[in-house]
Amino acid sequence: MRMFRDTWLIFERSLTLSLRNPVWVILGVMQPILYLFLFGPLLNNIAKMPGFPPGGAFNVFVPGILVMTALFGSAFVGFGLCDEMREGVVERMTVTPMSRVAMLVGRSLRDVILLLVQGLILVGLAIPFGLEINVGGVAVAFALLALIGLMMSPVSYTLALVLKTEDSLAPTVNGLTLPLLLLSGVMLPMSLAPDWLQTVAKFNPLYHAVAAIRALFNASFADQEILWGVGLLAVLTVVTIVIGARSFARAAA
Amino acid sequence: MSAQPNTQPAIETAGLRRTFKGRGGAVEAVAGVDLRVNAGDIFGFLGPNGAGKTTTLRILATLLPPTAGTASVAGFDVARHPRQVRERIGYVAQSGGSYREATGREELVIQGRLFGMSKAEAGRRAIEILAALDLTEAADRTCKTYSGGMRRRLNIGIGMVHRPAVLFLDEPTTGLDPQARARLWVEIRKLRETGTTVFLTTHYLEEADALCDCLAIIDHGRIVAAGSPDDLKREIAGDVLTIGVNGSGDEVVKLLAGLSFVREAGLEDGLVRLYVDRGEEAVPAVLRLLDSKGLAPSTMDLHRPSLDDVFLKKTGRSLRESAA
Ligand SMILES: Nc1ncnc2c1ncn2[C@@H]1O[C@H](COP(=O)(O)OP(=O)(O)OP(=O)(O)O)[C@@H](O)[C@H]1O
Ligand SMILES: [Mg+2]
Repeated sequence: MRMFRDTWLIFERSLTLSLRNPVWVILGVMQPILYLFLFGPLLNNIAKMPGFPPGGAFNVFVPGILVMTALFGSAFVGFGLCDEMREGVVERMTVTPMSRVAMLVGRSLRDVILLLVQGLILVGLAIPFGLEINVGGVAVAFALLALIGLMMSPVSYTLALVLKTEDSLAPTVNGLTLPLLLLSGVMLPMSLAPDWLQTVAKFNPLYHAVAAIRALFNASFADQEILWGVGLLAVLTVVTIVIGARSFARAAA
Repeated sequence: MSAQPNTQPAIETAGLRRTFKGRGGAVEAVAGVDLRVNAGDIFGFLGPNGAGKTTTLRILATLLPPTAGTASVAGFDVARHPRQVRERIGYVAQSGGSYREATGREELVIQGRLFGMSKAEAGRRAIEILAALDLTEAADRTCKTYSGGMRRRLNIGIGMVHRPAVLFLDEPTTGLDPQARARLWVEIRKLRETGTTVFLTTHYLEEADALCDCLAIIDHGRIVAAGSPDDLKREIAGDVLTIGVNGSGDEVVKLLAGLSFVREAGLEDGLVRLYVDRGEEAVPAVLRLLDSKGLAPSTMDLHRPSLDDVFLKKTGRSLRESAA
């Protein structure tokens, strides 16, 4: 089918171009590594506090860092698209009969692959610090990370198509990611938060994603948060992909 | 344009309009354009900056919906069947198209593949195009290392990869050196042999004259003249005499307009322009008359009507100057 073939073509092209300049991939993983080494150790003491979720400090912290990496890795992908638009690449491809879904999903899949690689690096580095993993749990956790990427990168691409320049995209993406991040319990578990903040956080899909990934790392497969996280992200992913593909179709005008 | 009712036109528009709403009010970029381009022709679209050439092209290439009117390309309506139109056209924008970080070959191959070619087929086609546009040596370098003219040639090549039935080129030769331009003309003429319809915009009248079977002049969003270059030139009968004067041009125009062999006289770009029946006889007569009034001309030029004269007559501006 045309859509799958085109998606593959765009994925292949985007990945090739990204790997030609792997600086961004490396920079993208540097920040979470710093958190891991310079912030993670602080948690060893806090982990003894009442209200701290089960599992060691790193089992609580690493899932949060992974979600943060997935969020940042996908929320800023629109910058690359602004660049392609300025160079006339998007317009040129719009005049071909190619699938509009493929224009979006081909790029998003590239973003997902890159953030999964970053995630693997992080998990590998965290094990010596005391991260305990369960292979099945980590596999499902990475599927969730992929969903975060698939949900967020279309948002970023849609904003890029509408706003067109990096200058207007930057504050918009910052304004979007910061509350998502703060209300997800990435740094410290939300269970330490006052009730009202916990209530607000429940509306944040990333909060459920973090909770789900923590449960998965602890192999608590019966935890309801896992279903919540996967279900919510899956639904939102479909929504953002539909909106994103439509934006590509409309980008012509 | 000569109507050929028994051949399906490659491009046909009726009452095409496009208005842009901006802060400073609405701009009617295309204000009722009727065009007919025969299949297999090289069609030239001439006009000064801001005349509406690119806007028209973007409508025809399905990039921009018209505000009113209809357009069909390769037999399909651009608004109702954009997909079918896209399958049959190539479009090279006025600027841009290739990505900085990609190599020329990569861009050609992906374009071919997006039009359904196999990897091998697209690879072969890329080699052909690279050779035709003199880019073989730069094929595997990223586009950011190309010179402006090389990049332009690549962008044009990208539009031709899939051998479209109708090829739109927005100012294809702007920014090319004379050699590259001549080379591109050859390629464009070759397209005619394969039956491709080429719709190009240009600022170069020599280009329109040398290359196009048919052309239209657009100004302020309206077609002001259309036909073959020869037909258009023939519309200006006789010769063109331009005279530089020191004193009041208006006075000279009034004086010369009374002469029996002068069909039309006017002041354009600070020069007195006469459209005369027989130039060789007009020159001495004009000189005698001006001399007798003490209005000796500073310069005088007699020539056969060129497309520039057509352009000047139809738009009141010289394209040579507006393009410079
Ligand atoms: N997206 C747009 N928004 C607002 N105005 C526009 C837009 N595109 C074109 N215009 C206006 O429409 C008019 C026609 O522009 P167009 O680009 O079609 O001219 P052109 O004939 O291609 O000129 P040039 O020779 O400079 O390329 C101009 O006045 C231009 O400012
Ligand atoms: Mg233009």
